[in-house]
Amino acid sequence: MAKEDKLYKIWVYLQAEPLFWITLTLGAYLVGDYLYKKSKLNPLVNPVAISILIVSSILLFLDISYDRYFDGAKFIHFMLGPATVALAIPIYEKRNLIIKEIKPIIFSIFIGIPFAILITFYLGKFFGLSDEIILTMMPRNVTAPIAMGISELIGGIPSLTAIITIITGIIGASLGTFVLNIFKIKSMSARGFAFGLASHGIGTARAMSKNKTAGVFAALAMGLSGIATSVFVLIIIKFLF
Amino acid sequence: MLRSLFIIFFYQLLGEAIQKIFEINIPGPVIGLILLLLSFIFFSKKLTQSKKIIKEISVTSNQIINYLSLLFVPIGVGVVMHINYLGDNLFKIFSIIIIGTLATLVFTAFVMEKIINLEKKNGKRR
Repeated sequence: MAKEDKLYKIWVYLQAEPLFWITLTLGAYLVGDYLYKKSKLNPLVNPVAISILIVSSILLFLDISYDRYFDGAKFIHFMLGPATVALAIPIYEKRNLIIKEIKPIIFSIFIGIPFAILITFYLGKFFGLSDEIILTMMPRNVTAPIAMGISELIGGIPSLTAIITIITGIIGASLGTFVLNIFKIKSMSARGFAFGLASHGIGTARAMSKNKTAGVFAALAMGLSGIATSVFVLIIIKFLF
Repeated sequence: MLRSLFIIFFYQLLGEAIQKIFEINIPGPVIGLILLLLSFIFFSKKLTQSKKIIKEISVTSNQIINYLSLLFVPIGVGVVMHINYLGDNLFKIFSIIIIGTLATLVFTAFVMEKIINLEKKNGKRR
């Protein structure tokens, strides 16, 4: 009895430490990454999705609040900013390829972004969602901080936009490869670009892990679509609402 | 390593500051990315020293980018823990995300590949 009591005390102490949750996140990611590599980079075995499932099940099982978990995990979350800045390097290294494809890049942004916004709008109408929820969903293809900013600007619910944006990223990263294969898209530049445009950072991470050229075009598309979406959403909703 | 980390952090800080000052709708890190890219293009021709620094940053940044997926785990766990926020619309929202995202992916890749191939043809003719 006394021994159990001591173990419980140690647990109470440890779970209050940020270190515990950082370690758990890293461990879960190592499992996810191991399975991803073991599956020969099968997109369905998405390392982000696996680690998220492992960590959330543990949190739910132990009845730990997200705030407590994030107290530790925020140190990992923090690196998202520097990692975004660091994407400048692969883009710089592939600058000649980007300059060569500058016309397709610009065209695809001008065609792809309105498509992304409009399909969300019309699907929302089709499923009978309220205007507020449709507005909340409209910027979902861009990186979360931009999406939340746009959502606030147009009268959506920013926190809900963040959730929808992340789900969009995971869906694109894990299922995108299959549909691109079905439609026989071969160009690595086009595939990567589509990943970055449709599913921002998580799609970019998937493209990066598979092919450097695809990764660079994804990073480029992610940045460009963030800027273009902010502009296009404002124009499009003037006509639709 | 330390020098390149400093440069990356510094550019993010610069990006965040510019975002706050000019109240731009683009996140600070993305502005930092653009500024760093511009600096590379500008300095790479000016100084021989900068080539060495770019190489150094390249090693560090490749290491960070390798673990890009990991960095989305904390926020992803937040999504699972707050999934009930989607309420009654959960199924509809998921359907829209799946159809919308995959359609956008295919459409964009398709259009871009077509234009790339068109460009190639035109290039050959010239």
